[in-house]
Amino acid sequence: MSAIAAQPDAPLAASWWKRNQLQLAPWLFLAPGIFAFAVYVMIPIVQSVSLSFYEWDGLTPDAKWVGFGNYTELWTDPDFWTSLRNNVAWLVMYLLAVPAGLAVALFLNQNVTGIRVYKSLFFFPFVISQVVVGLMFRWFYAPNFGLLSGVIKTLTGSNIAILADDRYATYGIIAAGLWPQIAYCMILYLTGLNNINSEQVEAARMDGARGWKLLWNIILPQLAPATFIAVVVTVIGALRSFDLVSIMTKGGPYGSTRVLSYYMYEKALSEYGFRMGYGAAIAVVLFLIMMVFITYFILQMLRQERDA
Amino acid sequence: MRFTSLSGLALGLALSSTAAFAGEIVLNSDQSDPAPKKAMEELIANFQAANPGITVKWNNFDHEGYKSAINNFLKANPPDVAAWYAGNRMAPQVKAGLFEDVTDVWEKNGLNDQLKSAAPSMTIDGKKWGVPYTYYQWGIYYRPDVFKANGVNVPKNWAELVAACAKLKAAGIAPFAIGSSQKWPTGGWFDYMDLRVNGYQFHMDLTGGKVAWTDPKVKAVFDKWAELVKPGYYIENAAALDWQDAIPQFASGKAAMYLMGNFAVAPMMKAGLKEDQLDFMQFPEITAGIPMAEDAPTDTFHIPSGAKNKDDAKKFLAFVASADAQTKLNATLGQLPVNSGSAKPDDKFLKAGFAMLSSAAGLAQFFDRDAPAEMASAGMDGFQEFMVHPDHQDAILARLEAVRAKAYK
Repeated sequence: MSAIAAQPDAPLAASWWKRNQLQLAPWLFLAPGIFAFAVYVMIPIVQSVSLSFYEWDGLTPDAKWVGFGNYTELWTDPDFWTSLRNNVAWLVMYLLAVPAGLAVALFLNQNVTGIRVYKSLFFFPFVISQVVVGLMFRWFYAPNFGLLSGVIKTLTGSNIAILADDRYATYGIIAAGLWPQIAYCMILYLTGLNNINSEQVEAARMDGARGWKLLWNIILPQLAPATFIAVVVTVIGALRSFDLVSIMTKGGPYGSTRVLSYYMYEKALSEYGFRMGYGAAIAVVLFLIMMVFITYFILQMLRQERDA
Repeated sequence: MRFTSLSGLALGLALSSTAAFAGEIVLNSDQSDPAPKKAMEELIANFQAANPGITVKWNNFDHEGYKSAINNFLKANPPDVAAWYAGNRMAPQVKAGLFEDVTDVWEKNGLNDQLKSAAPSMTIDGKKWGVPYTYYQWGIYYRPDVFKANGVNVPKNWAELVAACAKLKAAGIAPFAIGSSQKWPTGGWFDYMDLRVNGYQFHMDLTGGKVAWTDPKVKAVFDKWAELVKPGYYIENAAALDWQDAIPQFASGKAAMYLMGNFAVAPMMKAGLKEDQLDFMQFPEITAGIPMAEDAPTDTFHIPSGAKNKDDAKKFLAFVASADAQTKLNATLGQLPVNSGSAKPDDKFLKAGFAMLSSAAGLAQFFDRDAPAEMASAGMDGFQEFMVHPDHQDAILARLEAVRAKAYK
């Protein structure tokens, strides 16, 4: 009798896990990811936001609470507006990488001997480091011995130092950034082109569609997922542009090529940077701008998933 | 008896072994150019020979990278000795308690006498925070052969300098070489313009935040400077070049003068200039009657407060400060020893520099060492802009004045 009475007990103890298994298992599997996401993403964001309300030099232990002081200072800081304007220029010009990547992908999407070699050559700029890209373009632009300045000189008779002229420097850097970015968009489109439904294309051909019409009505709609990813990576890439600015001009001449990420670095972490709170405020502004795009992209993805 | 003698022996052994492993000191510095690197290697070898049992582990950083790395390693992983600069440049680290007070090293080794000239720039709150090991003059390096070929004499005052520039420019030669893509070389120009137009005390007050940037006396400095900028007396596209990149134009005779620190002599010689093709002159007088003060930046060694082996680090500092070590170190560096007991240099440029600095009315460290970090950075941005757009003068000065209101707290 006692043995029978004990019986329900034992499964009961074991069954706490059994009963909750379905609820718990996902969390257990998610735990490493949640932990990493919290430590490397969420907590730093919270820390940055809270730091942006302080005046702190990064060295002394005491930070001074200044409320929105850093933000009101940003509002009146001409260097901040220059950086913001440059970020907008980056964003707009960088998006050229999407149609350019598509053009290159369409061009390379044919069966010729050695096409794989050409494809890899076109993809090459994306493989090399941004630092190398920056250095190469710096030499390319360099007055007196650079290739481009030589061409400009023979055409116009005068030497233009692109990276030293505040009118052109930012565009010079963006052009350097476009080179690998076009390669990136190209590879996205090439994979997209592989998955094109050939029956649809053939049917369209039979109906007399060709050239632009075929591209616009048949090919592009099928490439929509690739376009979406290409726009996302390009927008994010434009907003986080830092390496090229740092390598090519260090934000100069006189701060005219700074972007928000570089200005943050300069104010908080560089040789003359001792303003952690101010840097954090710049980072928060950049974060908010990024959030606008990221939210839009995520909503878009959710909508697609729901429709699918 | 036997037992005690044995323990005595053991004690002796223990003592000798601690002496033998007295330690290692970690030294972080930024002597990445060839001559400074060699000088450091010799200094470390000499120190180890003089202090058997202490080894120096040297981490040599890239010159520009070091400046942004130092605050990180001072907090996260402090070495036992770190190289840095005198004046206001060390103030953030000192105020944050990252450097050790080394007043005792100065007192024990008689440095208050021997390093007297540099004592004020090493003192904050009445304490010494490091030892200086070298300094060097700034001034105009010029090409006597190019001057001669174009009938230009060494200018003695501002009017002669401007006239010489006009003559050189007419002959198709850029009067001044400069590379301002790293913005600090423009700071040297501003220092000299201000020191010559307004004098030492005003310059110190300005970099110390006591004078407004919109003051008419500051405007006067830029107006004078514009006399060189507006007619285009600097090489073209200077903002695209590093200071080293401008040297080939100077060496090939496309530019005739170069306002620089004495460290530029070695790369100028390396670019192919011979002894008689390179000479040095003091920056000429602008406002008559103002005593001539000079830029003479001092490089220093410090002990981080988080150092693990402070005893040996202090030995190193005392060694670096000594007359003999500074003689040898600076002979290789091609710079001037700070210790007054060191042998006088016999190099032509150092002789000229030493004579000039000995009679100087005051020694400034350099714009980015005299002014606090934020002011220095914004200031040199402004100078760089002024050298391209001299007509932006008022906007630049208004901006600098806005920075001044925040930077000195």
